[in-house]
Amino acid sequence: MGVMTEGKITDINELKKIAKNVRINILHMLTLAGSGHTGGSLSAVDVAVAIYFSRMKFNPADPSWEERDRFVLSKGHAAPLIYAVMAEAGYFREDAIKTLRKTGSPLQGHPCSAMLPGIEISTGSLGQGLSVANGMALGLRLDGNPARVYCIMGDGEVQEGQVWEAAMTAAHYKIDNICAVVDNNGLQIDGPVEKVMGIEPLRDKWAAFGWHVMDIDGHNMQEIIDALDEAETVKGRPSIIIARTTKGKGVSFFENKVEYHGVAPTREEFDRAVKEILDDRTS
Amino acid sequence: MTELHKTRQDVQDAVPHHPGHVTPRKPKATRDAYGETLLELGKRRPDIVALDADLSGSTKTARFAREFPDRFFNMGVAEQDMIGTAAGLALAGKVPFASTFAVFETGRAWDQIRLAVCYSNTNVKLVATHGGVTVGEDGASHQALEDIALMRALPNMMVIVPADASETASAISAVADHKGPVYVRLGRAKVPYVMPDDYRFTPGKAFVFHIGKDATIIAAGIMVDIAKKAAEILSGEGIDTGVVNMSTIKPLDEETLLRVARTSALIVTAEEHSVIGGLGGSVCEFLSENHPVTVRRIGVRDTFGCSGTPDDLLKRYGMTAGDIVETVKNSG
Ligand SMILES: Cc1ncc(C[n+]2csc(CCOP(=O)(O)OP(=O)(O)O)c2C)c(N)n1
Ligand SMILES: [Mg+2]
Repeated sequence: MGVMTEGKITDINELKKIAKNVRINILHMLTLAGSGHTGGSLSAVDVAVAIYFSRMKFNPADPSWEERDRFVLSKGHAAPLIYAVMAEAGYFREDAIKTLRKTGSPLQGHPCSAMLPGIEISTGSLGQGLSVANGMALGLRLDGNPARVYCIMGDGEVQEGQVWEAAMTAAHYKIDNICAVVDNNGLQIDGPVEKVMGIEPLRDKWAAFGWHVMDIDGHNMQEIIDALDEAETVKGRPSIIIARTTKGKGVSFFENKVEYHGVAPTREEFDRAVKEILDDRTS
Repeated sequence: MTELHKTRQDVQDAVPHHPGHVTPRKPKATRDAYGETLLELGKRRPDIVALDADLSGSTKTARFAREFPDRFFNMGVAEQDMIGTAAGLALAGKVPFASTFAVFETGRAWDQIRLAVCYSNTNVKLVATHGGVTVGEDGASHQALEDIALMRALPNMMVIVPADASETASAISAVADHKGPVYVRLGRAKVPYVMPDDYRFTPGKAFVFHIGKDATIIAAGIMVDIAKKAAEILSGEGIDTGVVNMSTIKPLDEETLLRVARTSALIVTAEEHSVIGGLGGSVCEFLSENHPVTVRRIGVRDTFGCSGTPDDLLKRYGMTAGDIVETVKNSG
């Protein structure tokens, strides 16, 4: 696809088509790897696709291009998602996804910036991404660089204290070139988030920390686009999108199933899942 | 004691067995033995409580949690808070077992462990799973290779790395009785049984399988089994090689170590950890001050791990029986 400065996709149907392909590639690489995180990769697909393909400037041929917008996958276990998006964007050939989690592959179980150009920062230990995103945003501002920073976190992840330290930082330094997202799928590993360690009222918490908060359906492409638009207009404070999502979204037998957090599809499940995704005309 | 009051332990002890015998059993993960033992301890001791940070299914504290929901605290993805809370529970007279993956337990919450556990000398038991490269496909972010170094550097901390499921069960019971901070490092993968049936873990006491004239391998964790395989190969070739299970890495069994150093021409350390700061570092520190001999260290050499199958990774980082054999032969 090359440099995306000109080619930002605004057609909703086009974005939905990309999202389908990304879902299929996520499932494909997980099935071949035989392990990995299915549920949390699928729940954030629509948000990640909208950010990359309707918003971000980047150049796969020059991953460290200074004017690029930055993306941080703070919930690093959703690595298959970022790999599928990067394959779609042309960072590497699509069949490289077959090497996920194999010895020597740049597609590590959790994203590794030293092994894969285009990954801004290694993640996998939850709760650290927003701090790094803040730092990048502050650096860009110091340089007068208009690039923006996006950061996706999990809803279990926001239980980490560091997230709230970073939340204070962003508001304190009026970092308005950042847009964070909480993938609010309601589940973590040990069960429903509200049962394990409640985070509600999430919206009020971020608002109380000084953020501009948008609460949306994280699978509605139009709502996502509108929220990303709105974030760009907010000045003097950081923006966050609370994306209400479904863990395992797109595959009925993975949806809202806590046990599919860290389990890969079988071959048979993969075939059924692809059929469901291709047949679906609503999303 | 009546028949009824006999514990499983007494019954086991009463069975006459051939010393040193290892009953063949299917390999089992040390974390599974932890889950079972914690549950058993919970039944006998109401003062035992458990904490986890959203990984209770993987660390196996879930078994305790199901049986004793009131004595189990899931802290969510918040390791620092978990350690602080554990210290508080200890101050309230409880015996807290706090578990998560070794990287997050020791790395994320190190300062909390330093201040609220070690410096304050609270009775907190840190039992972490998923140590080392055999974590496998999750990759470097999830493979603790520095945890032993981090924990060993802290005053008051005891550091234990059991070799198999039976030693884990025995060590967890001993840890519950010990007063003071303890770090127990367990693994994700299934490991073969290596310790004799009649063995019981004693804190600070190494287990000597054999001291070799030509070489002795001082090992811990999964490397004990691998060291035994290497010793068998070497001894078969006429190189008298011994193996010592140094499951308590701190305090080090200095007496046994001196005995080995006086007898063996060469010492090889073997650990599923960085060669910096762990078992190898510990052995070298002690011997260079007290009885300088040649030591070779098997372990990960100042690098991060990566994704792969456990077996592939042990090969990649030079930690197979073959690598130990080569090391001994090349040091002659
Ligand atoms: C610091 C840290 N602690 C624990 C883990 C293990 N872990 C991986 S995913 C996860 C649950 C995350 O839940 P959530 O953020 O809701 O993710 P999602 O539902 O989007 O998959 C945990 C505890 C980790 N990766 N990092
Ligand atoms: Mg979640």
